[in-house]
Amino acid sequence: MSPSASVHSAVEPAESPLTPESWGKLGMWIFLAGDAVGFGVLLASYGGMRVTSADWPSPYDVLGINLTAAMTFLLICSSVTMVKALEWLGKGDRTKCRIFLFLTALGGAIFVSLQAYEWSKLIHEGLHINGNPWGASLFGTSFFLVTGFHGLHVTGGVIYLLSIIRYVTNRREPQASYNAVEITGLYWHFVDLVWIMVFTFMYLI
Amino acid sequence: MAAAEHKHPNYMAIFWYLAILTVVEIAVIYAPLPKVTIVVLLCSLALGKAALVAMYFMHLRFETRTLGLVAITPLMIATLLVFLLLPDGLAVAKRTVGVKAAVSAPPKH
Repeated sequence: MSPSASVHSAVEPAESPLTPESWGKLGMWIFLAGDAVGFGVLLASYGGMRVTSADWPSPYDVLGINLTAAMTFLLICSSVTMVKALEWLGKGDRTKCRIFLFLTALGGAIFVSLQAYEWSKLIHEGLHINGNPWGASLFGTSFFLVTGFHGLHVTGGVIYLLSIIRYVTNRREPQASYNAVEITGLYWHFVDLVWIMVFTFMYLI
Repeated sequence: MAAAEHKHPNYMAIFWYLAILTVVEIAVIYAPLPKVTIVVLLCSLALGKAALVAMYFMHLRFETRTLGLVAITPLMIATLLVFLLLPDGLAVAKRTVGVKAAVSAPPKH
């Protein structure tokens, strides 16, 4: 590198000082911060509606928590397979990375399927978006809105994971896709983190 | 550009912490404690689990402090929003309790 180029890069760095590996990671963090505000607003509004309601049903009596606890455990497991995929890619083993990425996507797909089963069961029992037999009609509205918004994130994550498996396969060197897999992992762990909050605020409290 | 690798913490240990905290959460809702205590405990446990995921699975512990500020900003905004809604929510809740008491009380003649 010439002295002039070195001075230039010192003035205007080509890499983000916040995330030395890539701008992509900084971009994902900013996106996730915005998305977190979206979920924060939904959960805060849920809290506001619940506190001001005189006949809000007890969530764990209506919704049941056995299936949801299993879904929470499944999502935590899928977060572990995601970090394992990154760990194996760092060691240069692309095959094991792809297997763990696939297991992560599978965990997400099973999660969404169980959510679809839970929704259909609750709808059959009378929980609707505009009313229910247990009390405040906003209970159903907020339940379907928040869990549906999260479910869409999981569905998007599964598609993202399947795309990244293809991306890893197409790179010549395993290290060439490390950054992309790490960014995918940030999204997936965020989806897990949000579910931890949704499970606590909408099912347990 | 070669991607820089992070340190990899003991992921299985984090997994077991998360699993145990989930079991504790479920145990707490059946505990013979006042409702307020249960709510505070559940919020603390959820924040603890979220912190474990962010710090170790999302590698925030190994990132720069400025990126940590980017990550914590939504939490600060959400907390601010709760405190903005709280006075109005509590005022309506108090009125709602009054209405419920009036409805359940026998009429005076």
